[in-house]
Amino acid sequence: MPAISRWFIKAGLVYFLAAMLLAIGLKAQFSFPVLRFLAFFNPVYYHLLTVGWITQIIMGVSHWMFPRFSREKPRGNEALAWLVFVLLNAGLLLRITGEPMLALNPGSIWNTLLILSAILQWLAGALYIRAIWPRLKEKP
Amino acid sequence: MPFLSLILIRTALLYLAIGFTLGGLILLNKAVPFQPALWRLLPLHVEFTLVGWIIQFVMGAAYWMLPRLGQYRPRGSDVPVWGTIICLNAGIWLAGIATFVSSPFPLEMAGRMLEFAAIVLFAVHAWPRVRPFGEG
Ligand code: HEM
Repeated sequence: MPAISRWFIKAGLVYFLAAMLLAIGLKAQFSFPVLRFLAFFNPVYYHLLTVGWITQIIMGVSHWMFPRFSREKPRGNEALAWLVFVLLNAGLLLRITGEPMLALNPGSIWNTLLILSAILQWLAGALYIRAIWPRLKEKP
Repeated sequence: MPFLSLILIRTALLYLAIGFTLGGLILLNKAVPFQPALWRLLPLHVEFTLVGWIIQFVMGAAYWMLPRLGQYRPRGSDVPVWGTIICLNAGIWLAGIATFVSSPFPLEMAGRMLEFAAIVLFAVHAWPRVRPFGEG
């Protein structure tokens, strides 16, 4: 398995674990009022699972297993795959901090993190499509 | 990869593009509210990313990689999988636009039923292929 796929998959597993812990917190807030602030992490919870875990595992496994790009460059543009990894994770980490902080402090400068997060995650999605599309080849 | 996987995975990537774009716009609007109407795109964002991207991609990869059924027609009949592609995508759009159009017809329910039919058809296809590799 190429190094970048290992990074995608291991990062995905870490987000999965984080999502499970957060799920416990989201339930526990009803019994422990000190945890009430966790309610602001609800969208973060959804995206830890769907972007951090599932989407990231898909990216790692497809980069590893999809048909070769060419004999010389079997996995196409490797640098692009690393860039996708950095953009997606930076974007997600910015959201994990920015979204609850903005909810706790409405109208504050924390919104900068969310603006950056939106741009980085969108770029990650677009560049992943750019990287994987040429490797979608038909063979019965 | 086989033709049907190519269709499923390319379509999934298109939904990833639209789904991330909608999510990005809603997130920007959350950071700097500039168009309250963008919130109305949330159901479409969820439908496109969850069903259009994730579920469709997984089905495309599974159709390609599950153990084969032998030399002749290694992946069995492709009719149920065509049914999956049609029902899933019709369902995504029906359920997705249901919040925008007022119709006496229960659009969202119809969309969900189509999505359910797509999953059943895929299970019909995949069931006999879920077995140890190399079993003839
Ligand atoms: C695999 C990809 C994704 C999936 C499956 C997904 C799914 C979801 C789900 C289930 C919700 C919750 C809807 C609700 O509360 O009813 C949601 C909300 C949202 N998503 Fe995503 N999402 C994805 C990617 C993204 C990305 C990349 C962005 C931004 C760049 C984004 C931005 C948002 C925003 C802003 C909301 C609304 C949060 C709120 O309620 O305040 N999503 N998404």
